[in-house]
Amino acid sequence: MKLTLAGAPHLPPINTVSGVMKQVLYALIPAIAAHVWFFGLGILFQIALAVAFALALEAVMLKLRERPLEPFLSDYSAVVTAVLFALCMPPLAPWWIALTGMVFAIVVAKHFYGGLGHNLFNPAMVGFAVVIVAFPLDLSQWLAPRQLSPGLPGLWQTAQAIFTGSLPEALSWDTLSQATPLDALKTGVAENRLVTEIRDAPIFGDFGGLGWEWIANFYALGGLWLLYRRVISWHVPVALLATVVVVTVPMWLMGPDINPSPLQHVFSGALVMAAFFIATDPVSGCSTMRGRLVFGAGVAILTLAIRRFGGYPDGVAFAVLLMNMAAPLIDRLTRPRTYGH
Amino acid sequence: MHDLEVGEHLYRFPGGLKLRHHKQIACRDPLLRPEMPEALYLPLQQHQGPAGEMLVAPGDRVLKGQPLSRARNDREVPVHAPTSGTISAIKAWPVSWPPDSEAECLVLQPDGKDAWFETTALDDWRHADPADLIGHIRAAGLAGLGGAMFPTAAKLRGEWQQVHTLILNGSECEPYISCDEMLMRERPGAIIEGGLILARALGADEVIIAIEDQMGAVDESLSRALAEHDPDDICRIVEVTTIYPEGGEKQLIQVLTGAEVPHDGLPQDLGLACLNVGTAAAARDAVIEGKPLIERIVTVSGPGIKHPRNVVALLGTPVSDLLAAAGGLDDDIERLVLGGPMSGLPLASDLIPVAKGSNCILVLRREDTRRVQPVMPCINCGECVRVCPASLLPQELYKYLKAEDYDETDSLHLFDCIECGCCAHVCPSHIPLVDWYRHGKGVLRERGIEDARAQKARQRFEAREKRIAEEKERRRLRREQREQKLKAGGDAKSEVQAAIERSRSKSAGPDQDGDS
Amino acid sequence: MSATLAAMMVAVGVMLALLLGIGLVLLVSARKWRPDEDSVVEQINQILPQTQCGQCDYPGCRPYAEAIANGEADINQCPPGGEAGVKALADLLGRAPKPLDASHGETKPPLVAVIDEDRCIGCKLCIQACPVDAIVGAPKMMHTVIADECTGCELCLPPCPVDCIDLVPRRRPFIWSVDTVEVESREALEPAKTEREHA
Repeated sequence: MKLTLAGAPHLPPINTVSGVMKQVLYALIPAIAAHVWFFGLGILFQIALAVAFALALEAVMLKLRERPLEPFLSDYSAVVTAVLFALCMPPLAPWWIALTGMVFAIVVAKHFYGGLGHNLFNPAMVGFAVVIVAFPLDLSQWLAPRQLSPGLPGLWQTAQAIFTGSLPEALSWDTLSQATPLDALKTGVAENRLVTEIRDAPIFGDFGGLGWEWIANFYALGGLWLLYRRVISWHVPVALLATVVVVTVPMWLMGPDINPSPLQHVFSGALVMAAFFIATDPVSGCSTMRGRLVFGAGVAILTLAIRRFGGYPDGVAFAVLLMNMAAPLIDRLTRPRTYGH
Repeated sequence: MHDLEVGEHLYRFPGGLKLRHHKQIACRDPLLRPEMPEALYLPLQQHQGPAGEMLVAPGDRVLKGQPLSRARNDREVPVHAPTSGTISAIKAWPVSWPPDSEAECLVLQPDGKDAWFETTALDDWRHADPADLIGHIRAAGLAGLGGAMFPTAAKLRGEWQQVHTLILNGSECEPYISCDEMLMRERPGAIIEGGLILARALGADEVIIAIEDQMGAVDESLSRALAEHDPDDICRIVEVTTIYPEGGEKQLIQVLTGAEVPHDGLPQDLGLACLNVGTAAAARDAVIEGKPLIERIVTVSGPGIKHPRNVVALLGTPVSDLLAAAGGLDDDIERLVLGGPMSGLPLASDLIPVAKGSNCILVLRREDTRRVQPVMPCINCGECVRVCPASLLPQELYKYLKAEDYDETDSLHLFDCIECGCCAHVCPSHIPLVDWYRHGKGVLRERGIEDARAQKARQRFEAREKRIAEEKERRRLRREQREQKLKAGGDAKSEVQAAIERSRSKSAGPDQDGDS
Repeated sequence: MSATLAAMMVAVGVMLALLLGIGLVLLVSARKWRPDEDSVVEQINQILPQTQCGQCDYPGCRPYAEAIANGEADINQCPPGGEAGVKALADLLGRAPKPLDASHGETKPPLVAVIDEDRCIGCKLCIQACPVDAIVGAPKMMHTVIADECTGCELCLPPCPVDCIDLVPRRRPFIWSVDTVEVESREALEPAKTEREHA
């Protein structure tokens, strides 16, 4: 009888890395479906491209670093990075956008720092930051939602747009594209128009932008699923969203004409997505529970600051990257009190 | 009176896990007493602390309950013969700790007669002096039967303020283990009497018996026994939530009182003492019947055993006999565990004997221990932080231990880890966290020992240097004095010469002067 | 001078002034708050393993510590301290760690000296050699090593005229290993394996 002498616990753990990552992907499905409904099939192409590039680059990097392909390639972590990145892209972004994003996300942000578990910065956000700075024009070409669009591009047209980089003849950017709600707000405020006036534009729905507010709802749904399955803890989402409300309510009450309402802030842009999927990235975030509260609040404050004072309409990506820099220090300062001390 | 309320209000400790129990499978059948084994192997050290003084030698005939070693102080625990027979040898035999090692064991060949040694009971224990009670308990070889094997006498008296409440720990929280539950069902009266005896030894005014809220039958049997054995209402039953690791001493105290045992202190500093219900029953046997600790209930369970059950095993029985008594092993056995699946020790062989702290033998097959994923890097998910009952940062500890930065692990309070295994159980990367902590604690302990040795060596070196320097100084002074004397001795020489001249001139002088 | 050039020169000037100022402050504080010589030696001595073996070419750990503080000796001359000791010294003194100098000896596991009592002639030479007075005895009487005090420095071996001192590995506490081990379960134990008689 051959007996092994391993240490306790003697029954295998209940979670696996691929299990955790797969749950994240499942939780994103409602939001992806809503995205397809409102903005067409482009997003599926983006996701497919990003995932393909991500896995290919991951395989190449693992080989170069002499690491085994199993289990790192099948742990779905690259897939999650790719999907989160793709969800931040405009639906008709050309294919080289996804490639650039994935090169910087997988090769630079992840593998140059040591691979799974060692990246200092959120890889999807690094990819996004590079792409938005390098291809500002392509990343401002957002589509109008279903309700306002003359017709969302079909499958063949979408493929043509993405793979050739230019729209097919039948379509033009003038008819298709529309400023996002946050874009509209920024340009409107720069033109000294009142927020209430800007809000009358058709792009705005009840809370945030048309279409966008529903997608935010579905992100929240997915986030609640992750909370239920204990993939993420409540600390980051609650801190982030609560801070947004706490900061914007006074501003809005003092000047409802010049400051957007809290709900508008929450349901615009990527805040809800960030709250549940991006700021909760475990590796680049905080590990202590109190630290996560600080992290979430920090992301919220920085995002609002960039939205108000910065050059970009939505500052979530940069806010997350800045808080990633602070995460180790926050961890250090928020250690819990050990039993008996 | 004290102001720490025990058991009035139930608190919660942070973290913890709700685990599947698997306890009832071993409780369906009544307790079994296996056949007498061919030989009993008794390690001299069955407790935390130094071994006692040996009283027998190979070739001696011994009777059941006869002391084989003697305790010279409260930290030593004597060993008694579990049955009558002959001490055939004292030899190295596989033991459970350290893993895959051997230790000196007395080998006892039973003669089949099971004849008892003379027993001395303490009849009037209700009025006995606590010191006498503790002495009797110590001589009966009691050590903590919950698994830690702490010398009971050392828990009952020591350098602390008065203990006011005794907690009897019946909240056996680890899956598969049900030996305490069986004991509480079968011998509740013994536990209560034992609790009263221990309370008298400690000078405590009340006894709390803590059981888990899913131990239904136990509550009934204990309550009935209370009515019979506890007329003064000193004992009370408290049900605590079934959450692992509730049964840990520190966590149980936190649940019952809301207070935490200080990291450099003992429960006795809070006025509490926590003992296993098995220890209480053994104390009752020792005091009321005069019988020393020679047997205990062991759960033999797990997916790999044919007929899981609880057995009453004599100390020194090899594990193989217990496995046979429980119906034998399934095929494809991969691991034998002493203890539970969360914190148990792996056994290197089935020859290892039952000791005082052996509460469960768990048999696991290959498919139970198979890992579906190799160890991956830590993804910082924070699950381990969420479940740690000691509020530690397991993933930080892991990273620093991996980097061999032991000073930092000390500042992260590595030694406050109770090795419950909750963190490793939830880790998605399947990192063997508890192994790393045990490793780190061993390295830090060795460092502490080495540092102490280095201190001593430095002191002795400096003392020696000082001594040699002083000797040199003394010799130098003596040499100087001699040289001084020699120089002065040169003057003395000329003085003698002058005296000779003087005497010579004296003898020549009067002639010259012409005086007479 | 154009406005931009002037602005540039002002900027450069301010930066230079700042750098010089900070440099001056650092220089003055380094001179003023120099670490006490004695305390440095004491800190170095705390790191050294106190084996007092002399393999570093100094008669004991404290003389070696003083030599390091003076700059006479390098930090990698102590084999009993091992690589960990060199690294600790490097960290303390702010220098780059370097590998152990093999010419001073190799790092061995902890050892203690044991005197074979059958061969000892009571000549006292080992007692005089031991730097920590770990050997007890008197002329023409049995000598023995106090195991708890022995540092394993090996200085007692050369003087012994009958070569009766052996070095044996010191018993170390068990440290849990981090790997899974497969063990062939001991089903059949040979009967007369390690029987020992006790007096």
